[in-house]
Amino acid sequence: MSTVTFREALIRAMGDALEEDERVFLFGEDVAAAGGSFKLTEGLLERFGPKRVRDTPISEQAIIGTAIGAAVMGLRPLAEIMFADFAAVCFDGIANEIPKYRYMTGGQVSMPLTIRMCNGAGGGFGAQHSQSVENWFLNVPGLKLVVPATPADAYGLLRSAIRDPDPVLFFEHKSLFNTKGELPDAPAPIPLGLAETVRHGEHVTVVATQMMRHHAMRAADELAVAGIEAEVIDPRTLVPLDYATIAASVDRTGRLVVVQECPNSGSWGATLVARLVGERLEHLDAPPALVGAPDTPIPYSGALEELWIPSVERIVEQVKRTVSY
Amino acid sequence: MTGLADSASQTPALAPLSLDQALALYRRMVLIRRFEDTVQVLFQRGEVPGTTHLYSGQEAVATGVASILEPRDRVAGTYRGHGHALSLGVDPQALLDEMLGRASGLCGGRAGSMNVIDLAHGLMGCYGIVGGSIGAATGAALALKRSGGVAVAYFGEGATNQGYFHECLNFAKVHNLPALYVCENNLYGEFTPMEDVTAGRIVARAQTLELPAETIDGNDLWAVRAAAAAAVARARDGGGPQFIEALTYRFVGHSRSDPGAYRKPGELDAWRQRDPLKLTRAGILERYETADEAQLDATDADVERQIEQMIAAGLAAPYPTPGPAAEFKA
Ligand SMILES: Cc1ncc(C[n+]2csc(CCOP(=O)(O)OP(=O)(O)O)c2C)c(N)n1
Repeated sequence: MSTVTFREALIRAMGDALEEDERVFLFGEDVAAAGGSFKLTEGLLERFGPKRVRDTPISEQAIIGTAIGAAVMGLRPLAEIMFADFAAVCFDGIANEIPKYRYMTGGQVSMPLTIRMCNGAGGGFGAQHSQSVENWFLNVPGLKLVVPATPADAYGLLRSAIRDPDPVLFFEHKSLFNTKGELPDAPAPIPLGLAETVRHGEHVTVVATQMMRHHAMRAADELAVAGIEAEVIDPRTLVPLDYATIAASVDRTGRLVVVQECPNSGSWGATLVARLVGERLEHLDAPPALVGAPDTPIPYSGALEELWIPSVERIVEQVKRTVSY
Repeated sequence: MTGLADSASQTPALAPLSLDQALALYRRMVLIRRFEDTVQVLFQRGEVPGTTHLYSGQEAVATGVASILEPRDRVAGTYRGHGHALSLGVDPQALLDEMLGRASGLCGGRAGSMNVIDLAHGLMGCYGIVGGSIGAATGAALALKRSGGVAVAYFGEGATNQGYFHECLNFAKVHNLPALYVCENNLYGEFTPMEDVTAGRIVARAQTLELPAETIDGNDLWAVRAAAAAAVARARDGGGPQFIEALTYRFVGHSRSDPGAYRKPGELDAWRQRDPLKLTRAGILERYETADEAQLDATDADVERQIEQMIAAGLAAPYPTPGPAAEFKA
């Protein structure tokens, strides 16, 4: 066991994947010589050489288009799109091509590729470099969406993503890069689609990912002081979603609060609530609630960005309302 | 576009600047440099959040081009856009306040360093997505074709590897749009040298689409003015889109605290010898008999005073408060 940063866990996962499987190659803008814009690929060029770790032009369409062709040929592309916001530049490949291959080809061809991208607000990067865009892809069947919150999850889930026979979008939250956690000496991949119950409680189920999981845990500590025991569940992957774990928890607590760092409109939280209400209304003792961001772009000024991101206080307030409903 | 334009834009032959005009352009370049130094210091002090992409070293490009433009023209800048904005006469205090995230900022603290806009000064926007400025300026040119005026897009050499570049230049050519595409080739896209990721010559990419295109010394204010004047005049005359590749260099990192480890040995020093501020000073002394060092030093000192006042005012300005829930909602 050792203590590593989120960044170190990612580098280690990529290194182990490159080591394990010859077919894996990493490419993207500034990922090779510079070791990544956020230093997330440091040392990999030196270890694996320029055939396995490549710098690309600033050409997102070419990166994703190339990933598709290489995957058809049997390679396992590990592409980086620097900021998740830039996925919009290559949306066609991600939304129209990649997720449809297996289905449209009648199962002849799968797309064993992984696209890593940085998401997340909180750094004052403004409206075009801060979004958590997972929801853009929620309405596109055929894409797996991974949203790790800890170094161990980042490692284990990235290993699984790269091994997966189907396409995976892997989101790395910018505010987590320097956070630390334990990583076993020989860490195992973590299966996609398994939630983690990170805190047990009987009064309310709180579901949150990435930064919001950490906010939810802080809120849960505050709530405990007020006698409210929250069960905090981190789904870790939005697709596939471990609905069974969440549903079982809600069956016990009768109450659900989803916390998400994005506008609620068209969100994974709203989708989860719709399903729970549709399938288990009789288990609910209060209306399920979403704590999300306002339906506006992410403001630059720290004074406004702070209000945009769901805060610990807003989570605490909502949980109290939900519990006392 | 505040009195700095001369009559060159109407006539192919560029009338020489008066000494006062030349000093005004020099002052603008010094203002850009000192503004950028200031943003860097304030960033390091934690007053400017997020990230910043500074224009230091490239001042002659935007200043030279803007000196040719008229109020009816429009400019699309990039995330490296402070220089694009200041060259047009955008209020430096409002720009600084925006960096500081204050309510008095150019965009009320909503935009930050990468996305400023000031329609009153012809700045139609700055674009955080590489290549975005090319699309926006092309659309502005489509509109300006009705009303007169030319749209300018700034972008780096890295952006010429984006679909935006190829799609829009072709679009502008087939629709004969009054657009001027100014590629600021500073040799690096972030940390990656151009030659590692770019095939062929940049200027050839425009030439193959049959845009009039030339490569110029982007650190030489007079060279930039001459090229821009000719290109803008052609575009105004119905000559369609124009292309300039301005060779230049950024003296600072790509963004934030990038130490520039990727630079080739001696490269930065060599370019510093050709600092556009130095070249402009020398150019003024050479061209105007009545010019002297003291005038130029006085300009520097004057900008210094202005910057000091701006910092004090900016740091004292209030932060924004949230508007109604539906604030600025589309
Ligand atoms: C579509 C897109 N991809 C990547 C980025 C990240 N990025 C910002 S600036 C930059 C380098 C751009 O290089 P260049 O076009 O040469 O302009 P310069 O920054 O040198 O002025 C990159 C890759 C971005 N903002 N948008």
